[in-house]
Amino acid sequence: MRPRQQRMLAIGLAAVGIAIAAAFTLRAFQDNMMFFVEITDVVAGNYPKQRNFRIGGLVVDGSVEREQGSLDLRFRVTDMNCELPVSYVGVLPDLFREGQGVVAHGRLGDEGIFVADKILAKHDENYMAPEVADSLAKHVEAKTQPLRDGNTGCVTK
Amino acid sequence: MIPEIGQFALILALSLAICQGVLPLLGAYRNDTAMMRVANTAALGQFFFVAVAFACLTWAFLSNDFSVLYVANHSQLSLPTMYKVSAVWSAHEGSLLMWILILCAWTVAVSRFSSELPATFSARVLGVLGLLSVGFLLFAILTSNPFDRLSPPASDGADLNPLLQDPGLAIHPPLLYIGYVGFSVAFAFAIAAMLSGNLDQKWARWTRPWTTLAWLFLTLGIMLGSWWAYYELGWGGWWFWDPVENASFMPWLIGTALIHSLAVTEKRGLFKSWTLLLAITAFSLSLLGTFLVRSGIIVSVHAFATDPTRGFFILAFLATVVIGALVLYAWRAPALDSDVGFSPLSRETFLLLNNVLLVVAATLVLMGTLAPLVIELMNGGKISIGPPWFEVAFMVPMIPLVLLLGLGMHTAWRKQDKRSWYTVFRIPAIAAILLGIVLPLMFYGRTGLLLAVGFSAALWIIATSLIQPIRSLRRKDGSAGITRSALGMSVAHLGMGLFVLGVTVTSAFNVESDRALKPGESTDVGGYDFAMLELRNVEGPNYSAIEGVIEIRKDGELVATVRPQKRQYLVQKNWMTEAGIHATWNKDLFVALGDQLGNGAWSVRVQYKPMIRFIWFGAIIMALGGLIAVSDRRYRLKASKTSRASSAAAESA
Amino acid sequence: MSRYVLPLVAVVVLVVFLVVGLKRGDPKALPSPFIGKPAPEFELPTLKDPSATIASEDLQGKPALVNVWATWCVGCRAEHPFLLELAAENSIPVYGINWRDTRAEALRWIEQLGDPYIASGFDGSGRVGIDWGVYGAPETFLVSADGVVLHKHLGPLNRQAWERDFAPLITTGGGAAQ
Repeated sequence: MRPRQQRMLAIGLAAVGIAIAAAFTLRAFQDNMMFFVEITDVVAGNYPKQRNFRIGGLVVDGSVEREQGSLDLRFRVTDMNCELPVSYVGVLPDLFREGQGVVAHGRLGDEGIFVADKILAKHDENYMAPEVADSLAKHVEAKTQPLRDGNTGCVTK
Repeated sequence: MIPEIGQFALILALSLAICQGVLPLLGAYRNDTAMMRVANTAALGQFFFVAVAFACLTWAFLSNDFSVLYVANHSQLSLPTMYKVSAVWSAHEGSLLMWILILCAWTVAVSRFSSELPATFSARVLGVLGLLSVGFLLFAILTSNPFDRLSPPASDGADLNPLLQDPGLAIHPPLLYIGYVGFSVAFAFAIAAMLSGNLDQKWARWTRPWTTLAWLFLTLGIMLGSWWAYYELGWGGWWFWDPVENASFMPWLIGTALIHSLAVTEKRGLFKSWTLLLAITAFSLSLLGTFLVRSGIIVSVHAFATDPTRGFFILAFLATVVIGALVLYAWRAPALDSDVGFSPLSRETFLLLNNVLLVVAATLVLMGTLAPLVIELMNGGKISIGPPWFEVAFMVPMIPLVLLLGLGMHTAWRKQDKRSWYTVFRIPAIAAILLGIVLPLMFYGRTGLLLAVGFSAALWIIATSLIQPIRSLRRKDGSAGITRSALGMSVAHLGMGLFVLGVTVTSAFNVESDRALKPGESTDVGGYDFAMLELRNVEGPNYSAIEGVIEIRKDGELVATVRPQKRQYLVQKNWMTEAGIHATWNKDLFVALGDQLGNGAWSVRVQYKPMIRFIWFGAIIMALGGLIAVSDRRYRLKASKTSRASSAAAESA
Repeated sequence: MSRYVLPLVAVVVLVVFLVVGLKRGDPKALPSPFIGKPAPEFELPTLKDPSATIASEDLQGKPALVNVWATWCVGCRAEHPFLLELAAENSIPVYGINWRDTRAEALRWIEQLGDPYIASGFDGSGRVGIDWGVYGAPETFLVSADGVVLHKHLGPLNRQAWERDFAPLITTGGGAAQ
């Protein structure tokens, strides 16, 4: 086979291979993309059904409940507009704390509780995940009064 | 005083870098020997002054000079001395200075070991390295000066991030940078070739050892990072497809392709434009990695403090260097490719496929890393691409690569006879497939498709890697047997096989579980019994901790006692998990403390990780293979004519 | 010929994306929800004297800087010398909000490094920070004479940012929305 034909063959094979690979990986891409959904949207019902997604916000002060001695944990997350109850079973990251930012992966379960399979807290004291920060900024704007306990006034469209 | 000397030294280094960058290139263009010779002296001078600057910064740390802002931000009086030293490169400004120092070191090495190179060529190489140095020094002096003062000086520093107070992490950046920066040598060689319009087999022979050396350091650097993440981050993971990890992996993939492509160019004078492009790409990816980590564009645990001004500078530098190189490439490469042929069944074909598959792999990793950014910019919402996608996507080019690896090693150049080829592989192939199904069943009680594929692939690589060394041992006629180059290849591929084995077994059989434990209780994970004996307070040099004492037993026999800790560092007040790990050659037992659950109980993460050490051990063997290959006789400097002839004869393929 | 130009084209496209990404991601470009709106009300005990208070009304009458700081924050240490300079120049009153910190540590910091603040409110729980939309420390707000937020600076404040973003707004008078 002459060099030119060899080159053509090689390129052809590569192209076919890449096409198959591309189709396969694109499909996996769709399945594995994790969307970040704001708390307000989750409460309003706008979230990907039947699959995992990410939420983020501040852990509501005083909302962390743990049954003594058990790994089951419950807390509420807020984006300064709406609150969402979260349940999680497992070890928490070091920086998880009330009043601090948190990101969780999981899906919405029964009774409107978000069942988290992974919890990520901030990387350090100064830093908040950008999605959480943006989400908070949007909703803080709507408030003219400082946040007081019990003032959810959750506005969903 | 000392910091001012350091600052001044950097400026002097910059002026020498300008000389080194401009004069030799001009000299090569005009064939002016005097101008070309400037390169060697300038390189040495530049290295000297950057070393002085680095020494000044180190001194500032060791002498607790908190009038230097960088020291105040990253050190502390009670910080152990070892970490005062490693704190020098723990953040952006200092690590940049280290990068520059390493670039100077490589440059001096190239200048020292280039007696074989024609004067114009080495002048061009050193000139390009000089220009790169100018860029980095400008960046440091203008935007990232480590010697900025803090006035009034702080009485004590803000402490080094506790995560970084660890020997493994102290040495990970230097090794990584030696690798990253080392690819600049191959890059410079490529530019020099394009400038002169000449790229031949001799060029490939010169470039190979430098590239392999950089590659092996990068391998070690990445391996250390992975190992550190495993024992330090408390989650037992060894690779997270984090953007910064990917930033180091992409140059590695391309660097691997480059080494192989260089082999073809050296042996057969083929793949010249491939090799050029790969050399440009490897270093470009190093620069891209620097950009991703230091500009704040991508969010990651690893990222340095973000500053978009710096980001723009690096991006401008990156764009200039890469676009400049690619313009040269578009101009010169078309003239290079030869029409020499090779048959479909030949080593050239396998190495071509190797190039393609590695480039595909690197492209996939790049896509996955940048996709969230691209999609967000196009208003597609905020998404994240995590390990599930990367793992699937990465397998796509990797599985064929792994299979072809074994075949390519034993295929002759130009044209391979089919029948003799089949005989080589019969036994290893059958053994690999059979053992791949049977062994997991025997040792771990289960088998499955992906598991069998992975296991067989690993055994296949190991078996085929051993063919040549074993044959050479069997030779009783006292001949050379196997060259270091070929031995290096076998050892490196063997390392790869061990790596694949480790990954396959750990992924398939690791058991991970979160449990609630209090002193006196025990739990069973992976067939081992973990009993918490007690929880107590301990004090360290700059932290206080709660330590759990956990006894691990199997069938009643005591296997080990581990002491996981939850530390609170005195200054930065964050909590850190120190896992308790019992490591043996074929498994790790991993315990990390979580948090208090009330009633005296703690949440505990317990993991059983079989064969995980093989992952890092395999990487070390790969690097060792590289080292053996680099020490091959034909790269030695004053090789006499006779030894060159005999090594040519001994080269088996 | 085209396959040799392809890598070049790909890189140019990539660089364009990265430039756009950098510009968009510039945290200093993130608009604060309060720009042009009245500063959120607050009332906090002062750092030095818990029985005294500092409140949003105290800021009225002239342009003021409100700096959110903490002892655990590395960037705050970096900007501290500049805040001392500003205070010495007497160009604008600087108020502090000591955010999510311990009183003892904060007092020690002021003692050791100097106090640029007219007064610092102690916001240990971070409640006021949340009301002000604080993402992290340090952050500095410019509040006009009639209590409207003119500008918010994320990260350590320095002379450059001061001259570029703050000074012009002060001279054109308070109340002008972005």
